[in-house]
Amino acid sequence: MFDFLTSGQYDVLGAFWVTVQLTLYSAVGSLIWGLMLAGMRVSPVPLMRTFGTTYVNVVRNTPLTLLVLGCSLGLDQTLGITLAGGDSKEIGFRLAILGLIAYTGTFVCEALRSGINTVPVGQAEAARALGLSFFQVLTLIVLPQAFRAVVGPLTNVLIALTKNTTVAATIGVAEAALLMKEMLENEADALFAVFGVFALGFVLLTLPTGLLLGWVAKRVAVKR
Amino acid sequence: MKISKVATTAAIAVALALTATACGGSAKDAASDAGASGGTAKDKIVVGIKYDQPGLGLKTPDGKYTGFDVDVATYVAKELGYQPDQIEFKQAVSAERENLIANGDVKLVVATYTINDKRKAKVDFAGPYFLAHQDLLVRADDTSITKAEDLNKKKLCSVAGSTSAQNVKTKLAPDADLREYPGYSECLTGLENKAVDALTTDGSILAGYAAQEKNKGKFKLAGLKLSDEPYGIGLKKGDKDLQTKVNAALKKMVEDGSWQKAMDANLGPADYKAEPAPQITEGS
Amino acid sequence: MSSVLYDKPGPKAKLRNWIYTGVFAVLVALALWWILDRMAEKNQLEADKWTPFVTDSQVWTTFLLPGLVETLKAGLIAMVIALPLGAAFGIARLSDHAWVRVPVGALVEFFRAIPVLILMIFSSALYVMLGTVSSDLRPLYAVVTGLVLYNASVIAEIVRAGVLSLPRGQTDAAKAIGMRKGQTMMYVLVPQAVTAMLPALVSQLVVILKDTALGGAFLGFADLMSMNRQISANYSNTIATMVTIALIYIAVNFTLTTLASALEKRLRQSKRGTGAVLEGDVAEVDAGGASGVGKAP
Repeated sequence: MFDFLTSGQYDVLGAFWVTVQLTLYSAVGSLIWGLMLAGMRVSPVPLMRTFGTTYVNVVRNTPLTLLVLGCSLGLDQTLGITLAGGDSKEIGFRLAILGLIAYTGTFVCEALRSGINTVPVGQAEAARALGLSFFQVLTLIVLPQAFRAVVGPLTNVLIALTKNTTVAATIGVAEAALLMKEMLENEADALFAVFGVFALGFVLLTLPTGLLLGWVAKRVAVKR
Repeated sequence: MKISKVATTAAIAVALALTATACGGSAKDAASDAGASGGTAKDKIVVGIKYDQPGLGLKTPDGKYTGFDVDVATYVAKELGYQPDQIEFKQAVSAERENLIANGDVKLVVATYTINDKRKAKVDFAGPYFLAHQDLLVRADDTSITKAEDLNKKKLCSVAGSTSAQNVKTKLAPDADLREYPGYSECLTGLENKAVDALTTDGSILAGYAAQEKNKGKFKLAGLKLSDEPYGIGLKKGDKDLQTKVNAALKKMVEDGSWQKAMDANLGPADYKAEPAPQITEGS
Repeated sequence: MSSVLYDKPGPKAKLRNWIYTGVFAVLVALALWWILDRMAEKNQLEADKWTPFVTDSQVWTTFLLPGLVETLKAGLIAMVIALPLGAAFGIARLSDHAWVRVPVGALVEFFRAIPVLILMIFSSALYVMLGTVSSDLRPLYAVVTGLVLYNASVIAEIVRAGVLSLPRGQTDAAKAIGMRKGQTMMYVLVPQAVTAMLPALVSQLVVILKDTALGGAFLGFADLMSMNRQISANYSNTIATMVTIALIYIAVNFTLTTLASALEKRLRQSKRGTGAVLEGDVAEVDAGGASGVGKAP
């Protein structure tokens, strides 16, 4: 029943490795982009606030499938943005990451913003009393505390991101979901075995992440 | 041959009325409801076609269907005793064609359906009514691609999981930079914007795109014959009677010139040199 | 506009803010101009690629609106099935009996860990294998099944969090007047939790609607997303079509998100009830984001 695993015809591990890579690169990118968006949304410059709010509302309400396809067709095929060239496989991989960052960044931004809300007002006021600028207040005082409060929500974002990488299959990135679809077309009789393998793969990816970061979240949480 | 809007509406009305009365059991109301449609109102034929391939099977914004496959389907249906307003078209995406036939959801599938042994294990074919070849669509000013080997240094686009894509990967040009999208129109965007150099699939499908009003003069076919794709009409396995009738209809269509007329009307503008209709081989 | 993060701007800060505004505006404008310029260069801004959506109402009646109807249909059916199922799971997870709590917990965690796309592809293949569903309805069934399996487990968590968010006094008071466990749950906790959960549930509907697009892209489901191909087969205007489709999704989902925020605000301010409100971000596990109602810092 499980001969498709040993037949050498399908590279299941390779596909999951692509999933892991997509997740890691997108996670780092989303964290940075989300941080910038959150910074804009609380900044003293009205135009930046407007931009941040509009961006979040627009992107968060667009299906990720459409966003990733848009990155490929819009950026690569129309505008010619390939992010350092290469062949279609590499370009597709990078554009999928870009789409995932654009989407996940909004959720990181919102999580951080609610984290900022948990920091007591006195902290920021004390910092301002010391004469710190907005940027200093944000980066030295508020964000470090906010981060500790949002490890939990950010873990959820990371798990969601891991699962969302399957959407990269839309533009032909050879990750887990695409391989599963291909395998089901050829090995229809092994339906439950194939599903079992891929389900297990994702459980193994997301469950330890959740447990580990859940433990971290408890440890770093600010006790008030 | 176009189906008028009234006729389409009538056909839908018939379909609706039939569904509604299927439970009630009174066919008399259905006939009177349908009004405009002639003949015996309860008879209709469901045909599976493509909805998104210009020149072959396309659903247009006014809810009509156009293309060579549609014309063939309409002609065959007429020979089987169905007026245009008794035909109900249904979308038959590539992966679903065998299922549609096997489940009895459609009587015929006329949807760029290549006859091959793997499919013949599940369904029967009538025809072939058309012989297509895998070909390349390139920009009109591009002269750098004249044979399959030229593809090895080119950016190529095709539809994920299609036989054309498989052909390129395993036989024609293993070194080509092949990009796979869910549909042809996505590829066309890249071709127009010079992000890919060629789009490959059956020449007939490519000609359909090139023949479109909006694409005139932008693209051309390379004119290669990279494979043989005899299109057949799919029907239920073992239905010899229907197969014979459809074959006869196809033969008549070629003989009375309707075949050539349909070809010229749908794919002519692309300068597509279609071969004469092939000999019917199925069911003999 | 004042914030605890920065002082009320004085003359110097005001000038600086204006400079930042200027620089940022120029950057955004440059990016936009570059994109539009490139698009014009590639003939993507030609009028006949965009006008069909304005001048030809048939594009809407033949393609876009039927597609939107399918999208909404799949989303609503999935929600209607997932809601009671999820509520049952959520309550079962709170059970005192380990033999109920543990297996249901494992089931919920299992389906939450798997991408909805994998569930959809599996359901689709399953229906093909069973052969009992007509091929007409199979994409819809597969999409709905995938969404239900996943979202029932998410809703189970929303319900659980909703019940747990209620003050302990509610349970204690119910016990004090002699209610049994089932009664406490049915008459005291769940009715209050439902109000607290409402915003999170509306947010979840947005997640469901966005996920239906996967069916359009992978399973041949005739939803709004899949209309892209049929429209661009007629007009060769993939980019314009995608933009239009995105705008429709955004309009629908933004309305729902706004509704969720308004609900949440109302519930927070209302004097009645316990004041427990489940914010979108507590439960929106798929995306993990807040529903954006955090008060300005």
